[in-house]
Amino acid sequence: MSSKVLVVADHDGSKLNAGTARAVKAASTVPGAEVHVLVLAADGAAVATAAAELVGVSKVLVANRVENTHLMAAVLAPQVVEIAAGYTHVFGPSSSFGKDLMPRVAALLGVGQVSDLMSVEGTHLFKRPIYAGNAIITVEAPADQKVVVTVRTASFEAAATGGSAAIEAVSTSAALPSHTRFVGVQSAKSDRPDLQSASKVVSGGRALGSKEQFSLVFDLADQMGAAVGASRAAVDAGYAPNELQVGQTGKIIAPELYLAVGISGAIQHLTGIKDAKTIVAINKDPEAPIFEVADIALVADLFVAVPQLQAALKAG
Amino acid sequence: MRRILVGIKRVVDYSVRVRVKPDGTGVALDGVKMSINPFDEIALEEALRIKERGEADEVVAIAIGTDEAQQQLRTALAMGADRALLVKSEEAVDPLTAAQVFTAMAKAEDARMVIVGKQAIDDDANQTGQMLAALWDRPQATFASKVEIIGDMLRVTREVDAGLETLEVDLPAVITVDLRLNEPRYVKLPDIMKAKKKPLDIKSFADYGVAPTQRLKATHYAAPATRSKGIVVKDVAELVDALKKRGLV
Repeated sequence: MSSKVLVVADHDGSKLNAGTARAVKAASTVPGAEVHVLVLAADGAAVATAAAELVGVSKVLVANRVENTHLMAAVLAPQVVEIAAGYTHVFGPSSSFGKDLMPRVAALLGVGQVSDLMSVEGTHLFKRPIYAGNAIITVEAPADQKVVVTVRTASFEAAATGGSAAIEAVSTSAALPSHTRFVGVQSAKSDRPDLQSASKVVSGGRALGSKEQFSLVFDLADQMGAAVGASRAAVDAGYAPNELQVGQTGKIIAPELYLAVGISGAIQHLTGIKDAKTIVAINKDPEAPIFEVADIALVADLFVAVPQLQAALKAG
Repeated sequence: MRRILVGIKRVVDYSVRVRVKPDGTGVALDGVKMSINPFDEIALEEALRIKERGEADEVVAIAIGTDEAQQQLRTALAMGADRALLVKSEEAVDPLTAAQVFTAMAKAEDARMVIVGKQAIDDDANQTGQMLAALWDRPQATFASKVEIIGDMLRVTREVDAGLETLEVDLPAVITVDLRLNEPRYVKLPDIMKAKKKPLDIKSFADYGVAPTQRLKATHYAAPATRSKGIVVKDVAELVDALKKRGLV
């Protein structure tokens, strides 16, 4: 039997979230798979156009419904279940959107879910991390049931653009609940690169000492054209907003360069960065665990080293 | 009775660095420290605060596990839960099985809220709360960092990739909690003594009409790939040189 994979798009109503292209790439690695993308939106035209350009996608389904103006799991799940009828696999990115939605879909389908897919070993055989990445487990899903997956996006490259899949409108008749209502979203709007898709990330830890001093991380990131990240300790202490948290319970990222400033490197943090190409650590404690994974290590007081680095970069 | 159920999972303590067995059949768990899943402690703390504000009447700690999971339930009772239910299982259950049990409990107990951690730090699945909400056919407010009760509904702030999202959901509802919702209280010695007298009922899957099923079969465990040893630079000038050599600045 050939595989048909439905990838549920994560988007903001106008743009495709970067994780979707990586979920498409993951879906393309299912042996013999035909990959379709599902856009659930109030008006999904722009998002569908972007999804149709992803290499590996053969069709984009657009389910426009006014209830999809804001993406809420309880409202979306019955629609995904209805559209998933003809598919063997349903994939979504392990973004906050996918983590919220996909288990609800799996439960309605009466199947288990493979969370944080790292690699596809067969149509029903997958690898995923457990214990904060301290172990990688291979799991086999039943061949006679649909497979629901969230994709650990750091484990896959983004699908290339340049494709031209067909776009098809689909309608759903599933009754949608009214018990869940969107009130608003508050985000620190910034012109900085997005943490999850940035090629460079400068990240700060507890050693920054205060919210004011954390601005050193923002300044260095701006100078390097990098996104800003933070350790859980820094977020808990209020130095940086929650959406910047990197690690087991925050964002899992895979930039070209990860520059960790004043981060000791708890295992829960390291699991979020181990796919980075180059890890640079600046920390004054030579015993800090971050140095076990760093490609370039500098034992130094960050309050001395970072200004020196800024001056050196400015000088070219 | 305005009742809140709180899921309590016994897991390997967060400070333990778990190792894979050399033969790839599992992870070595003999003699390691076990604790309440940290997110579940936050879930319980929130339920207790809701009750202490007079917005709930009873907090019930619920668990699925071996007899040893009674330790974690006793800790939950010492923190302030009124009673506890343990569905005995010698094997770890998958999230859908857990959700089926919790759904049956929510119905049997006429729960107004079920609060669980957003994920357990052993299997890192992040599924049970959402699955429970689906099976119970009720709203889910996942990754909560703020919970307010307004009459017959909740206003919940959620930690999402874009920042903080606020939802309103009708009760009964499922909440899964994130790290910054609250800071759980410490247990005091007199409370541990008192907790010994609180009811802890042992139940079976059959009591809730659930047949436990492992839908995903674990076929192999492996240690993660390790990164090769890096270089140590002595100052910022050397750091800049190293970055330039790699084309990173």
